[in-house]
Amino acid sequence: MSQTYEFTKEELAEIEKIKAKYPDKKSPVMPVLWLAQNKFGHVEPEVQQLVAKTLDIPAAHVYGVVTFYTQYYGERKGKYVLDVCTTLTCQVCGGYEILHYLEEKLGIKAGETTEDGLFSIQSVECLGACGYAPMLQITNGVYCNHLTKEKVDKIIDDLRAGKMPEYEEMPFYQHESEPFKS
Amino acid sequence: MEIDWKSYTPVLIPNIPNLKDIDVYEKNGGYEQLKKVLKQKAHTPESLVNLVKAANIRGRGGAGFNAGLKWSFMPKPDGGTRYIAANGDESEPGTFKDRVIFERNPHLFIEGAILAGFAMTITAVYVYIRGEYRDQINMMQKAVDDAYKKGYLGKNILGSGFDLDMYVHSGAGAYICGEESSLMESLEGKRGYPRVKPPFPAQKGLWGRPTTINNIETLANVPLVVKNGSEWYTSIGAKTHPGPVLYGISGHVNRPGVYEFPTGMLITDLIDKVCMGMRGGKKVKAVIPGGSSTPPLRGDELDGVRMDADSLRTAGSMMGTAGMIIMDEDTDIVDVVWRISHFYHHESCGQCTPCREGTGFLEKTLIKIRDGHGEMRDLDLLLDLCTQMEGRTICALADAAAWPVRFAVTRFREDFEKRVKKTVYALA
Repeated sequence: MSQTYEFTKEELAEIEKIKAKYPDKKSPVMPVLWLAQNKFGHVEPEVQQLVAKTLDIPAAHVYGVVTFYTQYYGERKGKYVLDVCTTLTCQVCGGYEILHYLEEKLGIKAGETTEDGLFSIQSVECLGACGYAPMLQITNGVYCNHLTKEKVDKIIDDLRAGKMPEYEEMPFYQHESEPFKS
Repeated sequence: MEIDWKSYTPVLIPNIPNLKDIDVYEKNGGYEQLKKVLKQKAHTPESLVNLVKAANIRGRGGAGFNAGLKWSFMPKPDGGTRYIAANGDESEPGTFKDRVIFERNPHLFIEGAILAGFAMTITAVYVYIRGEYRDQINMMQKAVDDAYKKGYLGKNILGSGFDLDMYVHSGAGAYICGEESSLMESLEGKRGYPRVKPPFPAQKGLWGRPTTINNIETLANVPLVVKNGSEWYTSIGAKTHPGPVLYGISGHVNRPGVYEFPTGMLITDLIDKVCMGMRGGKKVKAVIPGGSSTPPLRGDELDGVRMDADSLRTAGSMMGTAGMIIMDEDTDIVDVVWRISHFYHHESCGQCTPCREGTGFLEKTLIKIRDGHGEMRDLDLLLDLCTQMEGRTICALADAAAWPVRFAVTRFREDFEKRVKKTVYALA
């Protein structure tokens, strides 16, 4: 089963805008890969070919970039990729418990995808939300902070119902109260 | 030295609702410094560089280098393109402070970047933000679009004849891209392999042109210095490392988060008063003061240690990004050090052998010790490996991987010794 990948006219116009931001033709490869991944859900070799052709650069170069950066999906993943942070602060604050709970709940190991293709789990490096540990990110998108098992249950239920959690603004305590003055 | 932090009012993230909207920012004195410099000609590029140099804004990305001095390394304009790469990669474990600027005060950063652009006769600013921060990237993009609409970016800014473009570039998940030369490779659409220096970025940076790389927080300080002067800035916090700083505090404290205070805060004050103490009233076992690569400090050796470059150097660590990780007495240090090593093993770009092989060797040895199969001589092996990695690679990732191991093994020796068997030499 082979699928042909193409950009629409609107997307090609968008790519022209991206190209205008950079002085040479190799540089726009990262934003264009992002655009492709957001559209197709992955950047498998066929998509890499499309990106290479669109930018008129070697496909080998695109492949090199895709394989260097962890956020590009060189192969298909589940519809919802659950990136559980397990680095340092998240590690000492229960990131692995959350990861193992998810593994048990979904019946797959980190790095695997459920049979229905709905969920993938990954154990990832620091996501820059250390104050809000433990946390996970859904498909390179929204951050879910201060996780508990109950919160994880709700996230999975919501995702099964097709509902993506919303962006959560994290508090800046200095604005909210001044208890350190006591 | 006493820091009057209790009556300190945040200036980087002031308490003004919706400050991220350009109208609110303008109403509260936003872009006034830019007008002062570009319209009223309060500064020439040279005087602006000198002002920032005198303020001694030490880079907030980790190296702590005087930003104005860095700017002065740029060669004289030759009419060609010149760039700023604003570093918002923020991938050092424990660091989550620049995102607060994107979320709450993006225009302060933009104004600072434009002022820096004027000081160095820059033609374009590339704002490199880690790809995981999708929401923050969107916020930043909106702020940049708004600044264009109001004429603070683009051609002939405020009728001064000065042109500057600003582009937001999304990373895609690579720690190494926070290293300045790797960041430039990434902006050029390549794998993020650090470059050999020299040539330094000021001579040959992005697309072979003069480039300065500054941290997001560093640039956000610039409008404050232009507004209040360098004496005001150097009067805040520690003498040799002045200014406001965003402390990102995480781990086993009651109220982790980002806080803005002067430099030179006592670590004990930050834990006990600002973060309201340790969870469950436990004791502090270890503090990593500035992101995972800075050497960990023992919890029982924190008295009098302050968050500034000099005090931390004396204590045997570094300021780094001021991303502090606080660990309580129940923490398994061996496990923590293994996880740090795993991180660096994963993130090593693989160019230099001491780093590519060394990070993996460190991790393997630490797994062996963690799982109870280690021997006493493995501790010496770890230290020996560190020696063979430090200073032998193109960039500092190998050092960043070696330091936490070296200082954990020496400072928390008893935790490691408890986990290993005695080395027995059998004589035949």
